[in-house]
Amino acid sequence: MLPKKVKKRASLLSIFLLLSVIGVFLILNALNKNILYFNSPTDIKISQDINYNKKMRVGGMVKKNTLNIKDQEIRFIITDFKNEVEVSFKGTIPNLFAEGKGVVAEGKLQDKKFFIAERILAKHDENYMPPELKNIMKENAE
Amino acid sequence: MLSNTGNFLLILSILFTSFIIYQSFACLKKTNDMIFKSIYKISLLQSTTILICFFTLVGAFMVSDFSLINVYQNSHTLKPIFYKISGTWGNHEGSLLLWVIILTIFSFLFLITNKNHPKNYRINTLIIQNILILGFLFFILFNSNPFSSISPIPKEGLGLNPILQDPALAIHPPLLYVGFVGSSIYFSAAMASVITNYSGKFFAQSIKSWVIISWSFQTLGILVGSIWAYYELGWGGFWFWDPVENASLLPWFAMTALLHSLLVLEKRNILYFWSIILCLLTFTLSVTGTFLVRSGILNSVHTFANDPSRGIYILSFLSLMIFASVYILFTKYKPTNDQINSNSKETFILINNWFMMFYLITVLLGTLYPIFTDAISNNKISVGPPFYNSVIIPVVIIFLFFMAIGPKVRWIKNEFLNFKDLLKIIVGAIAVNFIITYFFKSYSLISNLIIISSVFLIISTISDAFKKPKINFARIISHFSFGFLIFFIGLNHNFSIEKDFNLKLGETKKIDNYNFELKDLKLQQYDNYKAVIGKIQISDLSTNKKRTLNPEIRIYDNPQTLTYEASIKTNFFRDYYLTMSNIDRSDYYNIKFQEKPLMIWIWISVVMLSFGGFLSFIRNAKNN
Repeated sequence: MLPKKVKKRASLLSIFLLLSVIGVFLILNALNKNILYFNSPTDIKISQDINYNKKMRVGGMVKKNTLNIKDQEIRFIITDFKNEVEVSFKGTIPNLFAEGKGVVAEGKLQDKKFFIAERILAKHDENYMPPELKNIMKENAE
Repeated sequence: MLSNTGNFLLILSILFTSFIIYQSFACLKKTNDMIFKSIYKISLLQSTTILICFFTLVGAFMVSDFSLINVYQNSHTLKPIFYKISGTWGNHEGSLLLWVIILTIFSFLFLITNKNHPKNYRINTLIIQNILILGFLFFILFNSNPFSSISPIPKEGLGLNPILQDPALAIHPPLLYVGFVGSSIYFSAAMASVITNYSGKFFAQSIKSWVIISWSFQTLGILVGSIWAYYELGWGGFWFWDPVENASLLPWFAMTALLHSLLVLEKRNILYFWSIILCLLTFTLSVTGTFLVRSGILNSVHTFANDPSRGIYILSFLSLMIFASVYILFTKYKPTNDQINSNSKETFILINNWFMMFYLITVLLGTLYPIFTDAISNNKISVGPPFYNSVIIPVVIIFLFFMAIGPKVRWIKNEFLNFKDLLKIIVGAIAVNFIITYFFKSYSLISNLIIISSVFLIISTISDAFKKPKINFARIISHFSFGFLIFFIGLNHNFSIEKDFNLKLGETKKIDNYNFELKDLKLQQYDNYKAVIGKIQISDLSTNKKRTLNPEIRIYDNPQTLTYEASIKTNFFRDYYLTMSNIDRSDYYNIKFQEKPLMIWIWISVVMLSFGGFLSFIRNAKNN
């Protein structure tokens, strides 16, 4: 028989380990369910396995002269200068949303050319661009 | 001129700091228990120099001395004087100077207030703290110098980002920094404690006040930031789970855990190793947060001007700090024998710590995960609020129950728990829950559980106040207001109403129980901006009450920026929240209307929470 102290300590330790394993499992599981992939219109075009039921983010520039505002809905085209995706959105557009400026839309893809956004991401600064977007724009401009 | 003065003062501070370190080592060699008088004097000089240096910068902002790049980039002659001053710490360079001020002042105060602790422990703390100060001073001088000059001198500055021109954001950085940077002193003390083997109870007593005070300020700082986000960012929420916000929350979790584990260390002389780990963790997370925010590797809705070279410096400083502290910990630490009875207050405090670590790991993983996937698989991802909500909310429910029971349990060994009382309280909590669901006419399992658990905590904490002969009011107030906080967040989250629609001038729209009419648009000229002020009348069709809200669209001149100002009508029961934005090339105005129940109580709960901290600080100061 092990001494009482050791037994107690072992049981405490095993409970702790078990709880941590469960905890980490829960966290990772939730992470996997809730991550949003960021795509450019080109990514969408070349992608073979798009899950249309999963939310994602699409980023690029709002194409000039494509903004179309109706009573309830706002439509515009996101471009990365190579490919385009049309976006439909109902809701509040953030500061500095305008044609010719960078934008990130969050929502679901209907087909490869049409995206229904649930949220347009806010930005504070006219010079600010999400790091993801900056890279894409840099690559495509070259 | 000011540029030279500033640089001179910076170099002077570096000299003083180096001299303190040198003198401290000399002092360590002496066998008697006296600290050199000169160390006190130089410490005072060091703090004064840094303060003068900071006020030099404030002065430069006040007189708009555009010969300094920093002033040129962040200020403007037409800016109101209040924002000229707050602009000093509204930018990276100036805020680092504020960072160093807190480092030095805390260093000085720790030196003069811990006279009944051994010399070696105090001197070692001073050395480590001053090495930190030196690190940041070099960073300021060579990488982020607020006194860099520009030539030819520009006539006019670029102005401060208008959304930062706000009273809440003027006091947000100083508050948060006292918390963030304040944790440096117990980082240093923890290191010194391991080096000099000054462990246990007395160590706990020497840092307790510092932990409490930094925790209280951190809480207030987070609150002010979140109030600002609520009215300024225009989406009506107060927490976005954005990396920048998470960066302030991570040290808070570690601090809260430390606050509780110190109680055990002080009372029972156990959990020493764990407390040391928490001390190190808190400050490490503070610096990590700064690194993440300033280096720009994270995509955040908040923007900071980024510069990779800053990131590299902070990252190397951070790695050095972690490496050195882990090395010292493993070479100098002497194991102690900790024994804990599973039915005791110690266990419950340990459980609190486990929960805090769980929250911390969750938030840390969520914040860092996008960086890893980008580095490993080149996939660009982001982790949104649903992740945090789905992981944290269910765990909070269990946490609240433990939080209610924990304080009732005795130290060392508890006989039994009074289950009859607990049963009464839980019945009460369920009753309250039914009244609330009846009142709000809405049902969801998780919100019911949140309400029950938080009401359980509230009632049981209040009942503690009447039972024990010697009550700790600080603890009661903090636990009680945390219960309130979760309770109000739960109600607010579940029963908020949000409507989005587009309106033209003069148009009326009926949505659910409300009629919205855009009655008028006014153009008004202010000192440094123009504003389009809307007049929107909301008529509640069920009560026939009419309310007018005046959201604004502001056009700032310097720098040219457009901002949307929310119009908020607050009362004790609910907030009416309305933002208006114009849509490019059209007559439509996009309106976002929200009704947020009991919003003000969330703020009040957090104020009370930190008030509990301040009370505990006073109580602790009296006892020592």
